[in-house]
Amino acid sequence: MKVQIAVIGAGPAGLAAATLAAQKGAQVTLYDEQAAPGGQIYRGLGTQSLTDPGILGEDYYHGQTLLDGLTASNVTHLTGASVWQVTPDRQIGVTRDGTTQMHRADQIILATGAMERPSPLPGWTLPGVMMAGAAQIMLKTSGVAMPGAVFIGSGPLLYLITLQYLRAGVPVAAVLETTPRGNMLGALRYLPGALSQMNDLIKGLGWLREIAKSDVPFIRGVHDVRLIGDDAVTAVEYRQSGGWKRFTTDHVFLHQGIVPNINLAMAAGCNHKWNPLQLCWTAETDKWGHTNLSGIAIAGDGASITGAKAAEHAGRLAALGALNRLGRIEAATRDILAEPERTELPKHLKLRPFLDALYQPAPQFRTPDDDTIVCRCEELTAGTIRKAVDAGCLGPNQLKSFTRAGMGPCQGRFCQLTIAQIIAQERGQPTTDIAQPRLRAPIKPLTLGELAQLQTPDQLP
Amino acid sequence: MIVIGGGLVGSAIAYGLQRKGVQTLMLDEGDIAFRAARGNFGLIWVQSKGIHFPPYARWTWQSAQMWAELDAELRDVTSAKLDYLRPGGVEICLNPEDLNDLAAELKTLHTHAPHVKYDMLDRHELAKLLPGLGQNIAGGSYSTADGHVNPLALLRALHQGFIAKGGQIISGETVAEINHHADSFAITTQAARHSAARLVIAAGLGTQKLAAMVDLHVPVRPVRGQNLITERLQPFLRYPTGIIRQTAEGTVQIGASSEEVGMDESTSPTILASLAADAVRVFPHLQHARIVRSWGALRTMTPDGYPIYMQSITCPGASAAVCHSGVTLAAAHVLTLAPAIADGTLPQDTAAMTSERFADV
Amino acid sequence: MFRLPRADTKTVRFAFDDQIITAQTGDSIAAALLAAGHRSFRDTPISGAARGPLCLMGVCFDCLVTVNGAPNQQACMILVRDGMQVRRQIGAAGVVS
Repeated sequence: MKVQIAVIGAGPAGLAAATLAAQKGAQVTLYDEQAAPGGQIYRGLGTQSLTDPGILGEDYYHGQTLLDGLTASNVTHLTGASVWQVTPDRQIGVTRDGTTQMHRADQIILATGAMERPSPLPGWTLPGVMMAGAAQIMLKTSGVAMPGAVFIGSGPLLYLITLQYLRAGVPVAAVLETTPRGNMLGALRYLPGALSQMNDLIKGLGWLREIAKSDVPFIRGVHDVRLIGDDAVTAVEYRQSGGWKRFTTDHVFLHQGIVPNINLAMAAGCNHKWNPLQLCWTAETDKWGHTNLSGIAIAGDGASITGAKAAEHAGRLAALGALNRLGRIEAATRDILAEPERTELPKHLKLRPFLDALYQPAPQFRTPDDDTIVCRCEELTAGTIRKAVDAGCLGPNQLKSFTRAGMGPCQGRFCQLTIAQIIAQERGQPTTDIAQPRLRAPIKPLTLGELAQLQTPDQLP
Repeated sequence: MIVIGGGLVGSAIAYGLQRKGVQTLMLDEGDIAFRAARGNFGLIWVQSKGIHFPPYARWTWQSAQMWAELDAELRDVTSAKLDYLRPGGVEICLNPEDLNDLAAELKTLHTHAPHVKYDMLDRHELAKLLPGLGQNIAGGSYSTADGHVNPLALLRALHQGFIAKGGQIISGETVAEINHHADSFAITTQAARHSAARLVIAAGLGTQKLAAMVDLHVPVRPVRGQNLITERLQPFLRYPTGIIRQTAEGTVQIGASSEEVGMDESTSPTILASLAADAVRVFPHLQHARIVRSWGALRTMTPDGYPIYMQSITCPGASAAVCHSGVTLAAAHVLTLAPAIADGTLPQDTAAMTSERFADV
Repeated sequence: MFRLPRADTKTVRFAFDDQIITAQTGDSIAAALLAAGHRSFRDTPISGAARGPLCLMGVCFDCLVTVNGAPNQQACMILVRDGMQVRRQIGAAGVVS
């Protein structure tokens, strides 16, 4: 199947890109693995939403405009479509309803969004321990919430979900904030630049105030955490500067910020570099989101974390770039149409460096103690990783060969960031100098039977 | 002694040397290396080797016979778990023509290697060895001579054993130049200079360029193999086969493509799809198994596919070693080749495996 | 567990091992199991350790269950349907006939 513009991911960047490209007359196919559009941030929107709109907050419902835009367009929206490969020559491996095909696209826009940074700490593999984003997803799609949970970590999403729980009347056992007290000092230099995004700053402060005013124990400057339990979590132990304290709980939600979901782009061969402020790999793109691979662009949080509003503008800029490369619009037209996006986009980026610096995860949550599991799939500890580095593994690929770290089904999503930082720490080198993991298709599960389908001639483009 | 190359060949030789008391420095490219070991299936394979070149058949057989000794020693020195087993191996033939060809080849092998025991099996007999075998299979061969091992665990054990015996590894350096003066070799990398009285170049695809610097002609070219590996499955496949092997962890590795594409390690959907289709033809239940990863790896291929072992005449003390069966030959490399190199020579059994055999090529 | 009211939902019933779980349309298997009080869904193939969902967005691969005989399905990526038979994933996937 031939596609003119393929957009992969139906979050804000993908929705904005697909809608605009279709409006300008291109044939657009939007691929998304979920049953309904919205990505993670607008997940569940428009489909069986919570009857009380006050819980999730107005930012969530803003997404409706994007969904309406998609509905009004003639974008071909493939739901339940799992894209497991993108090749440099713009073939797309996709499985949908048990049928596997290779599609060919003239232009591809990757909009695969973000995932949460792994938060390795002792006991984090216990049942009952989940990411804060999981709490949000349960709430958005099913209205399910866990009373008496402990929220642990750092970053705006942690406050947001706590607030959503409080507004929904769900009891919260405690919020343990691990943001190092020293971070504010380093973040202050970014504050002048952030002041033009004052509204968002005020909004964030409002969240903090609302939590502080509630009767939820809000404990800041938490330095160490360990999760206790045998077959499932039963308690959280933590300490600030003094002795260990404890909360009993059956549910823990962790959060140490969000990072780009890079697997599809990296496996395709798009260049990435380590971002020392955001402490993750970000895509190398030009101002149209275009990568080193001709005809492949990345927009939104999948390139680097900029937030949902910025993602819309980036999505539209990527669409304009693709339309021009296709020959559908002239460069002059493209630039004129880009002007409103170019004006708006920077406004949503002003607060970012301040947030990145303020909520930079503490080192003990990025490079944990030897006994903590780092590769969850293969059940390998930080100690095993460190030993392999000391035995001569210079980078993650050798490390994978020697220890199996990164060889499990998550394909490094929950371990490669930790591994890179541990290697850098052990070798006394900046993470920028450590080799990047070599990711390969299929980046989503694909059975041998599904792959074998490609043998039949009518499946090949 | 300096060994250039920390892959399966280089590290086996380095370990073998250090184990014989020769103080050795191993130079390895590290994380960026092409590392043919990644493409290695882990087969310790005898039944298809050297059919038309008896010295190689002999060398392979000797290595297979010594493999248990190597396994025991590495376990002893490093506590490594290599998952070495020798249950015998199976070549599977999808089509009747392949089965006829295989029978003819093995008959030829038998004329100079009668100690390699094998049986030709039709589909029905093969299914007894391979439960779950698909219907659309012609048959195959079973040989008691074959086995398998975890190739990455082997590489790791060789490195660890080398260090345990007092060897030194420098990782992350790429050799740019070799100069021979009087009785020593000066090796220049992007980061440093090293020197030694003697030198082994076992750098896989990098060997040709480096060997030329000591007047050795070691022609090699990359041949890509693409691989698939599945999630862990409960054990169902006891015997390694030429195209599918179930590892000790339970994952199923599928491979055996062969392409000449230069230094390109990427994978192609069409080849991977054909590997998947073959796997499902052989074991239909595998159609439900999830692929966790695919990758391409470059084999170090000589013009006839057989190893090259050579010593330099103009630069005495320099040797080169390349092959694409680094796992099968690991025992011979550690226990026969390295001791000979330590003595300043090469084993009699490798005499026919210099590049002089390509004189007409 | 808290179930906040949503518009237009219907009841769905499925089995988890020998237990009947009552869920709602729009629930993933993972959300339904969590709502029913199950925190662990599988035993790992390596150590047999109990694991449950971590991310609920399809990237952690910890929420694996067997669904209608098919092993290692991500519970967070499949919506519940009446009559589904879900089972704990104990260890590695078995041979599916």
